[in-house]
Amino acid sequence: MPIYFLKRVLYVIPIALAVSFFCFSLVHLSPGDPMDAVVSPDAPSEVVAMVQRAYGFDRPLPEQYGRWVLRAVQGDLGLSAANGRAVTAEVFSALKNTLLLAFAASLIGFTLGCVFGTLAGYFQGSLLDRLVTGIAVGGVSVPHYWLGMLLVIIFSVELNWLPSSGAGPGSSSDWNVEWAYLRHLILPAVTLSVIPMGVVTRTVRAMVADILAHEFVEALRAKGLAERQVFRHVVKNVAPTALAVMGLQLGYLLGGSILVETVFSWPGTGLLLNNAIFQRDLPILQGTILVLALFFVMLNLIVDLAQARLDPRIQRG
Amino acid sequence: MNNSLSLSRHDALDRGGKAQPLLRVRGLQKHFTITRGGMGRQAKRVHAVDGVDFDVYKGETLGIVGESGCGKSTTARLLMHLLAADHGEMVFDGDPIGQRGGISVRGMRRQVQMVFQNSYASLNPRMSVEDSIAFGPQVHGVNRRESRQRARRLLDQVGLSSRLFAHRYPHELSGGQRQRVNIARALALEPRLLILDEAVSALDKSVEAQVLNLLMDLKQEYGLTYLFISHDLNVVRYISDRVMVMYLGKVAEMGEVEALYRAPAHPYTRALLSAMPSMNPDQRTQQAPLVGDPPNPIDLPPGCRFCPRCPMVEDACRDAEPALEACGTAHQVACRRADEVMAGAVPVKRISEESPT
Amino acid sequence: MSLTLDGAQADAPVPAPVQGYWGAVFGRLRRDPVALVSGIVLLMILLAALFAPWLAPASPFQTSMLNRLQPIGSPGYPLGSDELGRDVLSRLIHGARLSLLIGVMPVINAFVIGSAIGIVAGFVGGRTNSVIMRVIDVFYAFPAVLLAVALAGALGAGLVNSLLSLTIVFIPPIARVAESVTTQVRSVDYIEAARASGARSLTIIRRHVLGNVLGPIFVYATSLISVSMILASGLSFLGLGARPPMPEWGLMLNTMRDAIYVNPWVAVLPGMMIFTVSICFNMLSDGLRSAMDVKL
Repeated sequence: MPIYFLKRVLYVIPIALAVSFFCFSLVHLSPGDPMDAVVSPDAPSEVVAMVQRAYGFDRPLPEQYGRWVLRAVQGDLGLSAANGRAVTAEVFSALKNTLLLAFAASLIGFTLGCVFGTLAGYFQGSLLDRLVTGIAVGGVSVPHYWLGMLLVIIFSVELNWLPSSGAGPGSSSDWNVEWAYLRHLILPAVTLSVIPMGVVTRTVRAMVADILAHEFVEALRAKGLAERQVFRHVVKNVAPTALAVMGLQLGYLLGGSILVETVFSWPGTGLLLNNAIFQRDLPILQGTILVLALFFVMLNLIVDLAQARLDPRIQRG
Repeated sequence: MNNSLSLSRHDALDRGGKAQPLLRVRGLQKHFTITRGGMGRQAKRVHAVDGVDFDVYKGETLGIVGESGCGKSTTARLLMHLLAADHGEMVFDGDPIGQRGGISVRGMRRQVQMVFQNSYASLNPRMSVEDSIAFGPQVHGVNRRESRQRARRLLDQVGLSSRLFAHRYPHELSGGQRQRVNIARALALEPRLLILDEAVSALDKSVEAQVLNLLMDLKQEYGLTYLFISHDLNVVRYISDRVMVMYLGKVAEMGEVEALYRAPAHPYTRALLSAMPSMNPDQRTQQAPLVGDPPNPIDLPPGCRFCPRCPMVEDACRDAEPALEACGTAHQVACRRADEVMAGAVPVKRISEESPT
Repeated sequence: MSLTLDGAQADAPVPAPVQGYWGAVFGRLRRDPVALVSGIVLLMILLAALFAPWLAPASPFQTSMLNRLQPIGSPGYPLGSDELGRDVLSRLIHGARLSLLIGVMPVINAFVIGSAIGIVAGFVGGRTNSVIMRVIDVFYAFPAVLLAVALAGALGAGLVNSLLSLTIVFIPPIARVAESVTTQVRSVDYIEAARASGARSLTIIRRHVLGNVLGPIFVYATSLISVSMILASGLSFLGLGARPPMPEWGLMLNTMRDAIYVNPWVAVLPGMMIFTVSICFNMLSDGLRSAMDVKL
């Protein structure tokens, strides 16, 4: 048993290295000289050479990569090409907002998904089931950036209940969460929640229906168990998978929030990334993607380990 | 009828004459690695086939029997070169297979074909019966039209009306029908040797008998040689000329079918035969059937590998592995006490009492 | 319950209608109302895209400074006009061309490339397979949207780059499914039988493997089109895909973002189109999956 856990944990290392390599290559995938973003092309050649040396662009690529990884391990992802601030600080202050948004969206999506899925699974084939299934398909099919616009139109423009963009005044640095901040969080979180809502609904519905069709449930009922106890049984069987699906969804949201963050100008990693792309701020681009991907890898690891813990069959697979 | 054509093909391909074995197998070995060695761990190996020698003579049916896991099917797959053997030499009608100066594996596969146990899995579900049969000839350069004609002819020959069945798909057929298709498919390359790996084992008894009779007819018609693998001793006796008994990857005993069934020389064969239900109450023996599972083929006991279950085991058996030796005309056995077994001196002791868990 | 014995019937010929596999699948699909409606809607949008120049009442590029941001139902602008006074209906019809192209093409490309990778990996097996699949695993370290944006962002804005990055996004999942289906098929006896008949690997893949694995892979790929539509238009929405003044739904949504304060219901129309196509593909894919009885 510990061998599986150890193997799974160690497997993260090559993946993390590959991810870092991918992020490093991104800069070299992009057309043009990575220097262009730092110095204007018409700068005098000695200035270019100096900056080149400062950034290490004059070294051979493998060496550049090695240095980059070494510095990244120490938490140094370089300086933003646009404003000269430390990439690490920029990314992590944005990550705070993205995490909060993703957690809020997951919470909403998971709760709704579980309720909808259970109802549909219990009343399989009914009108309610069909309605819920429709909502679920809608949730995974809707372009969420468009849904965000719809919500803004309804709740900000027409009803004027909620703010349509930004994160309120006290958003930038501290973890101090205030009402103004939460008000700004509501619309993006609801928008983003439809994806996990759809996915969780589908999973839970399929599993509940499957378990209820099993003979052991009939046996339980035959033994005279109350419906409440049968329900506990269903929950026990569905919960691990639903949680695992949710864990992965949380990861997808971390990366997937970019479009929603753009719609609502939510100051998270997505907006940071979007700005970095258009300012050709490659260190920020690189750093943001690296941090998000590593976060996703760790989340996958946690989900896998938790699942293996709950379901011993996985370890043998 | 077209069989005169195939017979003449066989005559043309025949090289060493009747006396030369069609297939000669020496020292065939296949071990499967389960856990890889290294990092201080001992590599674990399954001795699936562990040094097997035998000949298949032209025109005979050689039966191979043994419990599941004794290496019968692995032997068949090694012969077809579907698995690569670790060691061993296979000579087809005088030509070493897959060696310089011999016959190529592809060439061998034209002359040796195989019918698998699972009639459903061995047919491509997306191919019509006709296409499945015609596939082999097409691979060997027969054009589409001709190969289809051959497929239809073969369907009729295995007792399935080509008019009704040619365009059916496997899921539209019964088990017996599918196995007939598999036989036709194997015959489509006009092989000289047909390996039947538990080919009738999954069929109902009545269907099994029909297919067995079909096999006997086809053998006659095409002058085929069969290697018939089964766990069913009755069926093997019915169809075979000679029998080879395998135990844990090795040959325990081999001989003419009637002689061997009448007077088995290996305690294992004896146990197998006594476990066989007989229709005649007088022939039912008091001997307890074989009890216990074969030892784990990963950790084989030293010496004779039947020791842990053998009612006649003595200390010397545990020291050295007995070699396959002659014990009468065309009868070979790998047992130190074969003479006593043949004489009927088997203790009444139940095998289960001996077998360690 | 009937009292027939299974054994007694076993060898009797089964009268079965001669009907191809795809005929049966199509028949089942046609009896699925949801899939049928989705299919018809998609077909209509596809036809609109093909015949856009004849169907569209006006040019999608004709601007008019006097008629900017007209509401739905204005004379000459049945679905209103955009921020430059172009006819929204005409732009929606013309936009179907580009939006469908950049949404569907990546999946088609990835289907071809991913299937090839996965089938070869699965068929060859062993160490080659492990190496290929480990490389594929690396791509699973990125959420799809992030990967698409990262690649498109690094490669630079543009249609070709957005197509390319989405293709790269969808290759790994398709390759994974292809590998797993092929690995299952590879160990089935009919592949052994084909090898025993002396066929070479390529022949076996072509005649025996493809027919049995392409169906499930195809079904899986169709389920990705919906995501691909959202992502492709999303990239355009971010300004990484189609460039102005091309009519493309995601880009239209972006350029009309500010119009939500003036004329909200015109501004959301392009998103409505993306949603419709995406949901129809999703439901058609679900229908196809059950019609083909694919379990992934």
